[in-house]
Amino acid sequence: MKQLFILLIAILTFNNLKAQDCLLDQPAKQDLVQDYANIISDEEEQFLRQKLQAFNDTTSTQILVVTVTDLCGYDKASFTYTLGENWKVGQKGKNNGIVIMVKPKELDGRGDAFIAPGYGLEGVVPDAIAKRIVENEMIPYFKSKEYYFGIHQAVNVLMEITSGEYTADEYAKADWTKILIPFAFIIVVFLLVFISTAKKAKDYSIGHDIPFWTAFMLMNNSGKRHGGSWGNFTSGGGSFGGGGFSGFGGGSFGGGGAGGSW
Amino acid sequence: MKKSWIIIGVVGLLFLFMVFSLVGSYNSMVTKDEAVSGQWSQVENVYQRRADLIPNLVNTVKGYASHERETLEGVVNARAKATSTTIDPSKLNAESIKQFAAAQDGLSSALSKLMVVVERYPDLKANQNFLELQAQLEGTENRITVERQKFNEAAKDFNTYIRTFPRNIWAGMFGFEKKDYFEATAGAEVAPTVQF
Repeated sequence: MKQLFILLIAILTFNNLKAQDCLLDQPAKQDLVQDYANIISDEEEQFLRQKLQAFNDTTSTQILVVTVTDLCGYDKASFTYTLGENWKVGQKGKNNGIVIMVKPKELDGRGDAFIAPGYGLEGVVPDAIAKRIVENEMIPYFKSKEYYFGIHQAVNVLMEITSGEYTADEYAKADWTKILIPFAFIIVVFLLVFISTAKKAKDYSIGHDIPFWTAFMLMNNSGKRHGGSWGNFTSGGGSFGGGGFSGFGGGSFGGGGAGGSW
Repeated sequence: MKKSWIIIGVVGLLFLFMVFSLVGSYNSMVTKDEAVSGQWSQVENVYQRRADLIPNLVNTVKGYASHERETLEGVVNARAKATSTTIDPSKLNAESIKQFAAAQDGLSSALSKLMVVVERYPDLKANQNFLELQAQLEGTENRITVERQKFNEAAKDFNTYIRTFPRNIWAGMFGFEKKDYFEATAGAEVAPTVQF
């Protein structure tokens, strides 16, 4: 009985592992640098991530760098564009995502790299250009195991050629809400304070035979003693400026791009 | 008197509800139908893209392997046949899709023959222009796979929509028919045998 139980658990965990194994079946992880093959150091990864986030913030073009150990039986091209399509890299309508996939050579003696642009970037990153970037910028470094340099070079070239293509109009819109939300918040707080004071003043004026407005003024003056607490409200606004990655935006891929092996 | 008003009201409401549901499903059917046609033109686009690459490819290969006349002519002829076969999206059916696929498959096999021949010319394989053409060709084949898949998805979406109750009744009334899929090539499901 016990053995059966162990067997059952073993089967379940094995199934779980198998289902989790393939990146394509997993829900999108909202991160622009995903180093599953562990070929980039943490500092380099962080630097690259910030760079790609800044590029996303200014141009709305999303470049996803992913290193993997396994292509789930797909060829490098279909793995890369399927990942982009499933995870919706790029903005909806603009389809301006790029997926850079690297599978290092150490694992099965064959290194693969592929650059897949979304529909909207096929014009500026045609297959021949993608091929050139892979062959000239990436593979020479990859051969000497300098993975970060190769990826960094490719990212630089891609940023250069795609930077003029799209501008981040959503970003400008988002900026407005960032300003308006604290504003609205402050106005609401002011209103609440006004109403509560007015109510108190009204009660007071009825009980003490003093006109309402006089009571109101008095209340306000007396409130000034507690004025120190005001500072707390504005400090709440600080959290709106957070600079994290906002997530993939719904881009679509048409199978373009090129890659190489080494 | 009052009772009859209630009955009329209920019947009227039911009628209105039916009309709204009818209009709604009709509009959705048209939208989905258009999506299928749009996706079909996308399929034809990527095939056209492949055909557009061929003159350049043939010229490049000719410069290095001019005596492979037969193979090159095979490609040119297959291209001519493939580009002359197009389907009006409103006349999409199993028959026309099959014809289209057959013409395109002719070109695919002519191209793969050419790629085998090319292996014998190391100079050509090192040519930058040829390498880039090859990258474009590979990219286009990938695009074809993607667009065909998306076409089948659009057709499946439309079919599911018109064949579920109660829309299957309206679909018959409005003359919407089940769309045919772009099937894989006959024989493509059988893996080729390799002999040494």
